[in-house]
Amino acid sequence: MKCDLVVVGGGPGGSMAAKAAAAAGLNVVMLEKRQEIGDPVRCAEGVSKRSLHKMVQPEPEWISSEVKGARLYAPDGNSIVMSEDKSGGEVGYVLERKVFDRGLAMLAAQAGARVMVKTRALGLIKKDGAVCGVSAMRIGEPIQIEAPLVIGADGVESKVGRWAGIDTTLKLDDIESCAQFLVQDASIDDDYTEFFLGNSIAPSGYAWSFPKGRKLANIGLGIQGSRSKPGEAVRLLRQLMKSRFPNGRVVEMVVGGDPCSGPINSAIADGVMLVGDAARQTDPLTGGGILNAMKAGAIAGEVAAKAISAGDFTRKGLQEYEARWKEDIGKTLARSFQLKEFFVKLTDKDINQLIGSLAKEDITKMDLGGMLRVLFRLNPKLLWSLKSLII
Amino acid sequence: MLTVNRYKCCYCGACVGVCPTCALELVETWLEVSTECKECGLCAKICPVGALEVRA
Ligand SMILES: Cc1cc2nc3c(=O)[nH]c(=O)nc-3n(C[C@H](O)[C@H](O)[C@H](O)COP(=O)(O)OP(=O)(O)OC[C@H]3O[C@@H](n4cnc5c(N)ncnc54)[C@H](O)[C@@H]3O)c2cc1C
Ligand code: SF4
Ligand code: SF4
Repeated sequence: MKCDLVVVGGGPGGSMAAKAAAAAGLNVVMLEKRQEIGDPVRCAEGVSKRSLHKMVQPEPEWISSEVKGARLYAPDGNSIVMSEDKSGGEVGYVLERKVFDRGLAMLAAQAGARVMVKTRALGLIKKDGAVCGVSAMRIGEPIQIEAPLVIGADGVESKVGRWAGIDTTLKLDDIESCAQFLVQDASIDDDYTEFFLGNSIAPSGYAWSFPKGRKLANIGLGIQGSRSKPGEAVRLLRQLMKSRFPNGRVVEMVVGGDPCSGPINSAIADGVMLVGDAARQTDPLTGGGILNAMKAGAIAGEVAAKAISAGDFTRKGLQEYEARWKEDIGKTLARSFQLKEFFVKLTDKDINQLIGSLAKEDITKMDLGGMLRVLFRLNPKLLWSLKSLII
Repeated sequence: MLTVNRYKCCYCGACVGVCPTCALELVETWLEVSTECKECGLCAKICPVGALEVRA
């Protein structure tokens, strides 16, 4: 089989890449190793409403619920509230990713991309060192797909980068080990996402409740890999359920790894572009990666079309992708990485102090930057090392 | 030897992302371990459910 572009992975990043490239006229094949796109879910499903609408017109069935804002709990129980469009992007909609991911794949298919499910990429085919396709296993049968360009959208477990000589291995400091239950409980706040901070709740991470409507919520947590041990995330989640949602009924279980390394230096190689979790474009502070994967995917798809018409598939020909994703999401990712590196070291006393200091401030109208500036004014000593980021 | 408890594994792929030798491959619900495994135990540490164990 021959085509212009092979996209490996049918998540949000892959589908947006395939959609953009097919819409620009390329002959695109998207490979997804699972038999059902989007299932099993590895996500808390929160996205900013505004940012999502900028990229696609969401179908009603993609969205489980809409939230008004976020509430943040300190280890001592004190809390602060941030309102929807000010709290930095990870709240707004809580999606139904099984439906959402498939919906995006359908948009790619409608644009003309060929989607192959239960088809796992096994490696890059190279001729004289240049990428010229992908070998894959399709429903148990080996196939070869010839193409001068490959987009790696293969998520946290990405291999495409490694095959192309980009080292994307995650150090334990750079991945959050996560566990989540879908919970039915009368005590769930249907209107607010909730975040629970504290080293005994989720060491160097946080716990969350993302409501899906009618007293159902994704309740989960992520802990830094270096502070994890076998089975720790699930153990801590059970502990959280006991203390916070003792009457909660668990109807689904999700586990996963969320990259928090900050983006890799370069997401391109000759004949290859990486997007989304594969390029470690997940926000290291929040763990949110859906929208970044979609943005990067759409850019990569457009650049693929230009590279094909120019006939240049080398790193140089793909440089526009690198420049554009760095311009679009790179700066926020770098800032979030520095903030994360600082916040993972905070003690419970520090977190109590920070959240407590906001008790008398009106932060509901602030964005993350504004809130950080207030925090800095109130806690200069504690936050001194972040000075250059905040002011 | 690295053992996979397939009754526990939730096939999330977190272990695949941290393996320094690319020894792990997730085939839908089946985690494969190749001979490249150096028994470093990083994957076991990250596993949210505790499905992996390096045994002597
Ligand atoms: C517990 C948890 C909670 C999260 N919560 C949020 C949240 O609330 N909001 C948010 O924005 N983000 C969240 N994230 C992150 C988010 O899930 C990811 O950033 C997002 O899915 C990245 O999209 P992607 O397209 O890059 O990769 P993925 O969605 O992971 O898609 C990659 C796809 O590639 C396929 N694949 C892999 N290898 C191959 C191969 N060799 N051949 C063929 N196919 C292959 C996989 O099967 C998969 O379908 C969370 C992550 C976790 C683990
Ligand atoms: S990290 Fe654990 S649950 Fe996830 S795929 Fe690996 S062994 Fe399975
Ligand atoms: S023990 Fe180390 S080398 Fe072996 S699979 Fe796990 S992470 Fe890879």
